[in-house]
Amino acid sequence: MLKNRIIPCLDVKNGRVVKGINFVELKDAGDPVEQAKIYSDGGADEICFLDITASNENRETIIDIVRKTAKECFVPLTVGGGVRTIQNITDLLLAGADKVSINTAAVKNVDFIKEASKKFGSQCIVVAIDAKKILDNKWEVFTHGGRNKTGIDAVEFAKKVEENGAGEILLTSMDKDGTKSGYDVDLLKTITNNTNIPVIASGGVGTLDHLYDGIVKGGASAVLAASIFHYGEYKIKDAKEYLNSKNVSVRL
Amino acid sequence: MNVTIVDYQSGNISSVINSFTEVAKGKVNLEVTSDIKKIKSSDKIVLPGQGSFKSCVDSLNSIVGLVDTLRDFAITNKKPLLGICVGLQMFADIGYEEAETKGLGWIPGNVSKIDNQKGKYKLPHIGWNEIEIQKESKLFKDIKNKSHMYFVHSFEFIPEDKSVISATADYSSKIVCAVEKDNLFGTQFHPEKSDKIGLKIIDNFLKL
Repeated sequence: MLKNRIIPCLDVKNGRVVKGINFVELKDAGDPVEQAKIYSDGGADEICFLDITASNENRETIIDIVRKTAKECFVPLTVGGGVRTIQNITDLLLAGADKVSINTAAVKNVDFIKEASKKFGSQCIVVAIDAKKILDNKWEVFTHGGRNKTGIDAVEFAKKVEENGAGEILLTSMDKDGTKSGYDVDLLKTITNNTNIPVIASGGVGTLDHLYDGIVKGGASAVLAASIFHYGEYKIKDAKEYLNSKNVSVRL
Repeated sequence: MNVTIVDYQSGNISSVINSFTEVAKGKVNLEVTSDIKKIKSSDKIVLPGQGSFKSCVDSLNSIVGLVDTLRDFAITNKKPLLGICVGLQMFADIGYEEAETKGLGWIPGNVSKIDNQKGKYKLPHIGWNEIEIQKESKLFKDIKNKSHMYFVHSFEFIPEDKSVISATADYSSKIVCAVEKDNLFGTQFHPEKSDKIGLKIIDNFLKL
């Protein structure tokens, strides 16, 4: 049976983790490689890096982090943030990423997804959709970290990226992100019901129950969380044991 | 011992290189190449594969002499070869991804899209699934039945002779996720991404 995945996400800025893990054994709270290793040793099903570095000049930094992490973590590694060109993808994959997550560039030009999935295979193309609720049961796609409106309907866009070869959707609710009040379960449910590729839930996790809701109520194949793991409130193991106790299958 | 990971410019093989490098450390001489001479002189071969069946077969064929060299190595000389993901799928006679494409024809069978029961199962099959070991296997030495492995694929290898199947995984049906026939080994899942247990499988192959 296929297990539901737990994916810790590390926000990286200029080569440092923005929100660190509060683990005492950590020598350097801001080192992404070290933190990824702790997650991987702790049973994370995948690791996700989100590069929130603003400038292009610093792309080498994330590539170097990926290169180092990939030599120590033998679980899938997804890297997102600023992926705009085929060359960006090539560089990340060569450094050891297994998947790249594409956001703004996919909204600007859906053909980019087609081109990327044809060149590298759907298995490594994740499309990150940032959605904001505009009406009851209606969500709009936003870009640039949620700053820019696009006028594009999130459900239509999700279907479109699937048609164009995306292997997975990383779905973030802009309304919920950072609130710790749980995923937008309605959004998740609507997208998972309307697509046939795996959806990773993101944005809003504050408790382990929220992870349960994302999977069981929202239909997500994987749940991504940042702060509940970063600040040491919960370990990956806690999340898995909790889900397992509620009959949600996970890799223990 | 010399082990060669065949780099035929198809897909992302960084993770394969990283994990084999980790396991091979100090024990095995690892080469990543498409150089025919080096392949011929190696003791074991790893054939990775990402992307579509067709794109992988096309890439293999684009390197002059590579397919014949691999055949001599694995079929004529019966030296150990491990195919991973599409690397395994290419053992088949034929594949149906993108377009009907001839495979290497080493193990009779075809590669078809997973029957997802009209959308009941999401495709690609991505994530950690338990493997059910089907026979005594050198590759799975000391690997517990129902161990978790990392999968990412939409097509599956369906061999004619079921006795080659060494493990299956439950996803819509019993998907063939590993084969073993004499010196030929293949995994549909990615041992290189399957955490410590995956590294153990790589170790088993290197120790053969």
